[in-house]
Order: sequence, then structure tokens, then C-alpha cells
Amino acid sequence: MKIAQEIVDYVSALSRLSLPEGEKAAMQRELEKILQYMDVLEGLDTAGVEPMSHVIPLENIMREDRVMPSQDRGELLAGAPVPDQEAFLTPKSVE
Amino acid sequence: MTWETVIGLETHVELATKTKIFCSCTTQFGGEPNTHCCPVCTGMPGALPVLNEKVLEFAVKAGLALNCQITRRCRFDRKNYFYPDLPKAYQISQLYLPICRDGAVSLSTPAGEKHIRIHELHMEEDAGKLVHDPWLDQTRADYNRCGVPLIEIVTEPDFRTADEVVAYLEHLRSTLQYLGVSDCKMQEGSLRCDVNLSVRPAGSAQLGTRTEMKNLSSFKAITRAIAYEARRQIELLEEGKPVVQQTRRWDENKDATFAMRSKENAQDYRYFPDPDLPQLFLSEAYLERLRREQPELSPAKAARYRRDWDLPPYDVQMLTSQKALADFFEQTVALGAPPKQASNWIMGQVLGALSARGLDSRDMPLTPRTLARLIQLVQSGRLNRNTAVKVFDAVFDSDADVDAYVKEHGLEQVCDAELVEDAVAQVLADHPKSVADYRSGKEKAFGFLVGQVMRRLKGQASPPAVHAALHSRLDK
Amino acid sequence: MEWSAYTALELGTAIKEGALSPAQAVQAGLDAAGRHTHLNSFITLAGTRALERAQQLRPGGAGAESPLYGVPMGVKDNICTKGIKTTCASMILGDFAPPYDAAAVERLNQAGAVCLGKLNMDEFAMGSTTETSYYGPVRNPWDPGRVPGGSSGGAAAAVAAGEIWYAIGSDTGGSIRQPAAFCGVTGMKPTYGAVSRYGLIAYASSLDQVGPIARSAADCAAVLDVIAGRDRRDSTSLEYAGPLLPRLTGEVRGMRIGLPGQCFGDGLNKEVRAAVLAAAEILKSRGARVEEFSMPMLDYGVPAYYIIACAEASSNLARFDGVKYGWRAEGCQDLTELYTKTRTQGFGPEVKRRILLGTFVLSAGYYDAYYKKALQAKALIKSAFDLAFQTYDLLLTPVTPTTAPKLGETLSDPLQMYLSDVYTVPVNLAGLPGLSMPCGFDSRGLPIGAQLIGPLLGDLPVLNAAHAFQLETDYHRRMPKGGDAL
Repeated sequence: MKIAQEIVDYVSALSRLSLPEGEKAAMQRELEKILQYMDVLEGLDTAGVEPMSHVIPLENIMREDRVMPSQDRGELLAGAPVPDQEAFLTPKSVE
Repeated sequence: MTWETVIGLETHVELATKTKIFCSCTTQFGGEPNTHCCPVCTGMPGALPVLNEKVLEFAVKAGLALNCQITRRCRFDRKNYFYPDLPKAYQISQLYLPICRDGAVSLSTPAGEKHIRIHELHMEEDAGKLVHDPWLDQTRADYNRCGVPLIEIVTEPDFRTADEVVAYLEHLRSTLQYLGVSDCKMQEGSLRCDVNLSVRPAGSAQLGTRTEMKNLSSFKAITRAIAYEARRQIELLEEGKPVVQQTRRWDENKDATFAMRSKENAQDYRYFPDPDLPQLFLSEAYLERLRREQPELSPAKAARYRRDWDLPPYDVQMLTSQKALADFFEQTVALGAPPKQASNWIMGQVLGALSARGLDSRDMPLTPRTLARLIQLVQSGRLNRNTAVKVFDAVFDSDADVDAYVKEHGLEQVCDAELVEDAVAQVLADHPKSVADYRSGKEKAFGFLVGQVMRRLKGQASPPAVHAALHSRLDK
Repeated sequence: MEWSAYTALELGTAIKEGALSPAQAVQAGLDAAGRHTHLNSFITLAGTRALERAQQLRPGGAGAESPLYGVPMGVKDNICTKGIKTTCASMILGDFAPPYDAAAVERLNQAGAVCLGKLNMDEFAMGSTTETSYYGPVRNPWDPGRVPGGSSGGAAAAVAAGEIWYAIGSDTGGSIRQPAAFCGVTGMKPTYGAVSRYGLIAYASSLDQVGPIARSAADCAAVLDVIAGRDRRDSTSLEYAGPLLPRLTGEVRGMRIGLPGQCFGDGLNKEVRAAVLAAAEILKSRGARVEEFSMPMLDYGVPAYYIIACAEASSNLARFDGVKYGWRAEGCQDLTELYTKTRTQGFGPEVKRRILLGTFVLSAGYYDAYYKKALQAKALIKSAFDLAFQTYDLLLTPVTPTTAPKLGETLSDPLQMYLSDVYTVPVNLAGLPGLSMPCGFDSRGLPIGAQLIGPLLGDLPVLNAAHAFQLETDYHRRMPKGGDAL
């Protein structure tokens, strides 16, 4: 699989990563090399094979609808990069 | 050219569980910012989701009531996108195997029966709330609502008018309230609706380019937004301009829709099965139990009211439209009130009192016991209808004891035949001219005499008793 | 014998018998760590806290029935410790101190464990050398010019150097077993779900598993007896059929052990091959039946693994955005700039590479060809193991194709680094228990590891076979350069 620079730009934008111009070409080459290697999977006959997302066949793992105390707000906010007593802060994100 | 409007709905409904979908924090509305939160709600590293069994149950109940196919093996997927109201940067939702599919509902509209197909119903988590703080010029994220369970119900593009849309939403609201799976309060955001709308030349089989409208927080807004957006699209097309597929925001104040800033790459959500949540398998026994537990829904209830109690169609529709009202009615009847009387009181006084106070039928302060007693007092002739209405107004908010109130205010009707007879005799003696007028055929004089008797008895006499006593003397 | 040469269980017994106090044990660990600062095995050394904690432990106190009561240990820095900085060896987490303990840490605390600190690792557990750490590389105690393996390199190095008596790490594609092999200690990845992942900062959720690194298989069994079991906060955690330690008999008579030919072919260093085959002979000498067989599906392990792991990582690491915790880039005008700058500067190159790869394989148009295909390959690999376990009780393979490489040697070629995980990643894909045990040394004196793989929930036979091997050998008792004096 050839990886065009546009694809690297596209997945970078999707991932909220922005590679410096100097690193882009190297990253493109590495991704291409890795994906080319992964193409060995093309040779594997998977017709009719159900994709397996969970290896352990657990089912219906659920909890009761019973309220437990929430965590102390101060503890949740303690690690926020911008300190505030009540909320997490971001640059303007709503109209 | 005539144009046809084609509408599909995506409705998000908050489920009425006690706890969130993936953690044990409360779902209570309101609360100080970030006080109904834990590491799961705030997307702390290392926190993991565990499904609330009630969410599955409610989703299946809703699906059954909407005549859906239930997906016996289903699971959750991650929908990945960056936004500060989504602390994990992915929403746990269902794409590949939604819990319910292929449902349908029948609506009765003024234009006749309308069939709406349900494409799917899936479970997902709600996002947090963002409020811009102009003072700091920062947006504040409150994650109390993060993880409140939602079902999203997606219809096929089967609507043609705003009336049909409103009829569907009313049906949906009534059904979900009957099931007890949601309170469907639009003003608190527990029922939210996105409208997908396109227009096409009447008779065309091809769908036009659609827009999605958000921020529709009332039936009125939905109706107006549909009218606005259909007109906007038709005008564009008639001017030979294309409709652009986009998300538009309804502005209540400006009475118009506006294109939202298109989110960069917003379409590529990179859904994949959530590895943290094992799959669900719904056994036949489980489904059978939920089917058995389904309550009587409004159409069945309406049919029963008509059949058993012979109530007029309009009353039946009103009474059954809201579960709380139907329950109130049935309990009043169960306490001995004749169904027709109970219905009249509810259609008149009860709904009037609720609307005067801006209350929902679920917030009714009056109990069925009080209304039933009031009806009984009128029936037995101990209160006249007008007095009873005054008593009703007086006790509605406090649900005070009717008997005590009547006694305290001396409102009981005079049913003592002798007292009535005495008063009648006295009035006839005092007003010979009126007696003569009546006997000479002036019907109006009768009313005057009734009034005089009532006055003597301080308005507490039973009008039929007064009428009877007057007639028996005058008509001799 | 120095305390640092003791196994965890031996030290636990010494503490129980009053030969030393938990505080003295902590001091011994801190002394060793002080002599080995060049190894860089800790990101956060919590010495004062550990001493205070040790002084609170009393004979007969809560948890005193545990054979590991009072034994100093370490926690890999991607496992949450309440109030102690947990960094994932990444700049992006800054000084993040979690408001809660991971389930495994909670259980260890209840059993009287004393945590000396948080162990260095590859950033977000992405790497096989512990060179991708924001806090600098860890060095191999056997040769400071070489890597300790990764991603739990700090854990393996600290145990090997006698700084701690055991550690808990995480293993997504070999991150416990491979550094254990490079550092000459024993490390176990239990059956997927055996230990709760609650509080383990996710790399690839369907593959991540918490497990022990210690000197011996018996030590690993003792740690698992504390940390394993169903946890209501992790939906994928399993009921555990413990305790394991009392059932380690060393009895392997009649046990059928399979050697997959694919793991002994080209690319395997001769000395490693010889040592692993010699290990098979030793098990044979105790009555096991050993034979070679073929398992061609193993060749698809690495591509399937990297597709699945990177896909999940791209989603799991999206939450690090500078809003809720950790580090935030300065001077950002808008939201997208905040996200992009924080993530671009906060993540190291290997993490970014895997996020991009994972985003790519999930993106529209490529999902079926890569991600879905990898999940199908995973299903086939799982079936191949199921089939093998119809014939064999356990499988024996090398852990790595070579012994520890020099620092900087593999970093330049990411694909080459991925390929070196060839023997360990299939075990994660299939959710199986796998253990790495020291089975010899190469001509440079570097440790060699052998891997035992069991069927699902076959953690006991895996540990038991390793225990049998360790009853016959002393590789696991050897210390770098005559004890802890490097």
C-alpha cells in the first residue's frame, strides 16, 4: 500500500496531530513501510471468518441500577491544567 | 411547480434510570457542575465502563413498543471525535449492531392514518454541557450529564408535514412515558429531536439533498423550523441554486435556521467495537419477560375506555395521551366515581387548573381520592355543582380534606325537604305578582322565584329540590 | 546472602519471622536503588512514603496472612496510584496524580504491599526497549550499554538489580515477558481478564493485561493470588480459580509440551535457540513429553497485532488533549490549536506513529482491508491455538529472537522493532497466559528467556511448569555482576 502525503495529512488532522514539515516525509516513509509489511494479511484467506473483537466469550456483564456516591469534585479537578473550583476550562468552544 | 417536503427524525431520549449508563453516578438533572461525576464520567485514564442493566431493559421495552426487531446479539461501538463535551474523545454508541431495528408506528392525523417506519433504535451515552464564560472568555465544561443513558430513535424519511412530525413525537412521548422509560421533558432536554429535511418536486421518487436541523426544543420550534427550512430550500431550488448538505441550527429568537460551522472531518468517526464492553446476548426468556411486563399503551387503553365506558372519542384521546392523566382518571373511577363524571371533571376543571398553573399532569397536586370524594358529594346532592367547583379550586393545590373544607365553610347543600318547603312557601307569599306572572305564562318569573328561594337558603340548596318544590306548588 | 538476592516469598518469610522489619526491607530496596540510579528504573521513587507505610505495618495487621506482607515492590507508571504521580512515561500526563488506585494496587495495599515507587517504561507502553520514555531510557543491569527490553523495562531492571522484590507491569504484546527475558527475571502475562484493568491506563484494551515480574514463578503465583479476580469495575475481568501458590507442585510428569516450529526458524539467534531447547530437555527430564509441531498462523501475529493495538490506541489516547488533566500547550487561541499543539508536543514520536497508524486503519475506506482483516486473523490465530491445545498442555517458545540489543540499536527502525515481538504478540491476540523465565545466558553473559504458553485460564499449569524448571535450575537466582554491586 502506497501512502500519499495527503493521507498522512488527513489522519494527522483526524488525530489532532501536526507533524513539523521536517518530520512528515520520514513519517510517511515509515508508515508506508509498516503498512506494506501488514499487507501480508492479504494473503490470508479469511472468507467466512467472523471478526473477533473479544477473545473471551463473556456475555451480559452488567451492573445493578443503584446510585453510588460520586467522586469529590475537588479531586477530579485537581489535575486540570487550568485550575478552577467548578469546571474544566477550554478556549471558546460554543457559540 | 409543487414541491413535496420529505422529513426524517433522529430523536434522542434520556432514559429514566437512577444511574448513568456506564457508572453508578446519579442521573439527576441539575446539580452543581461536576458533582455527579467520577473517573468514568470525566474520562480519567484507566477508568472503565460497566453497563447499567436497566438501560438495556428500557431500550428493549421501547423497541418492543415501537414494533421493532430486537437484535439478539448486540454490542457497543466507539464513535471517535474530539470535542470538549466528550471527555474520552469517543462516545460509546452502537453502529454495527443496534439493539432494535425495523420498527413501525401508526399515527392518526387529521388527514388520516399515517405509517412511519423506524429505521433503528440504539443505546448511547450523553455528552456533557459546555457554557461559555464571557468574563474569563473560556468555555466551562460540566460533565454531570456525561454518561446519562440515551436511546436514539431514527425514522425513515416518511414524514411529509410538520403535523405528522408532531403527531409522531406526541405518540413517542406518550409511549415512552407509559413504559416508564423516560420522562420526555423537552424543556429539560430529555427528549431532543434533530430534523432531516429535503424537498423534491411532487411525484418525484428521488430524494433531494437534505439538511439536518438541531436545537429544536419544543413542538412549536419544530413546526416553525420545518416551515422555514422547507421554504428556504424551495426558494433556493426555484432560483436554480443547490441545497448544500449541512447541519443547521434553529434560532428561536430569529425564527430562522443558520448553517453551523462545519466541523473539520466530522464525518469520519472511525467506529469500531468497544473492547471494554463484552457483547450482549438477549435470551428468549429475557425478551418474554419484558414482553409480559409491557404495560397497556395508549391505543389499547383508548379502545378499552370507549368499549367499557362509552366515553366520547375526544375525551378518550385527551385522557390517554398522558399516562399520568390516564392513571389519575382510572384511580378516580376505581374509587367509585362514575367514569363519565370523572372524565368531565378531568377534562374541565383538572386540565384547566393544571394549565393555569403551568403544571404537567405528572406534577398534579390533587389526589384521585379527593376528586372522587368531591364527585360523590355532588352525586349524593350534598354539594351543588357550582359550590363543588369552588371547593375544587380551593383544595387543588393543597389536596386538603374535602369534607373538612365543606364543613368549615358551611357549604353543604340544604337537602332538608322541610326547610326548602318553608322557604318556598315564604317566597310565594312575599311575591304574589311573580306567582301571577308565572301562572299567566311568563316563564321568566320562575327563575326569579328560584333565585329568591336560593337566596333565603344562602345558596346552599340543591337546585333540583328547589325546582321540584316550586313546581309542585305553582303547577297545582 | 544480601536481602536483595532473596525472592519475594523468601523476603516475606524473613519479615514474618522477624529477621527484618518491613521498614528495613524498604531501606534495603532504597539502598539498592541508590546504588543503581544510572539504571533509571524509577520515574518516581516514593521512599519517604514507603518508609512511613512500612512503619505502619504490624505483625498480625490487616493483610498479614499474605506471604508478601511488607515486601517492597514497584508499580509500572501506567498503573494508577492514588496521589502518586502516574505519567505513562509521557510528557503529556505532566504531574498527573490520579484520584484513585488501580484495582490491582488496591488489592496489593490490602495485602500489606509497600510500594517503593513508579517504574519507568516505554511511553504509553509503546516500545520494546524502554527508550521511548520521556524520562530517559532504562539500562539493562546486566550490561548498562544495553536496553532492558520493554515496555516494562523499569520493572524488569529494578527486580533484576534487587531494588524491589517484585513489580506489577502490563503486557499488551510482550511488555512483561520480553523485558523479563532481557533482564533475567520471571514475568507473567496472565489470561486476559484474570487481573482487573481498572486503573491501568489503556494502550490496547483488548490486549492489555496486568501481571507480575519477580525472580521466580512461585513469586509470580503469590502476586497473582493477590491481584487476580473478578472486579465489578472491569466488565472484562474474570472469576479466578485461585489460589495458585499452594498448588505449585513442580510435577510435570506426563505433561505434553509442544514446540511450534515457526518459533525456532530463521531469525532466531543460535544461542537463544540452544538455551530454549535445553529448557525443553530439562522439562523432559522431569517427565514432560516434548515434541515439535507446526503452527503457520503464528506468522500473521505481528501484522494483526499492530493493526489492532494501534487502532485501539488511537482511540484510547484521544482523551489526552490538555483539558482535563496533564500537560497543556501554552498560548493556544482556539480549541483545535489547543488539541493539536498539546498532542503534537506532548506525545513522543513512537506514540504519534502508532496513533497515526491506528487512525489510518480505522478510517473510512481502510477499515475492512486492515482493521476487520486483523480481527479475522485474530480469530484464526485463536483457533490455531485452540487446536494446538487439543494436543498439548503447554507450548514452549523463545521470548525474543535475540538477547538485549544495545541502546539506540533498534530505535531507528520501527518495523524491525515490531518484528522482534513475533513470539509474544500471538499470545495477547488469543488472550492466553504466557510466562517468561530465565533459561540461560549467551556468550556475552546476557540472559535468555523461554516462554511457556498455556490455554485460556491455564495459568496454573504455566506457572507449575516454570516452577518445575526453576526447581532444576538457578538461572532465576543469578544476579547481575555478583549481586547488586554493578
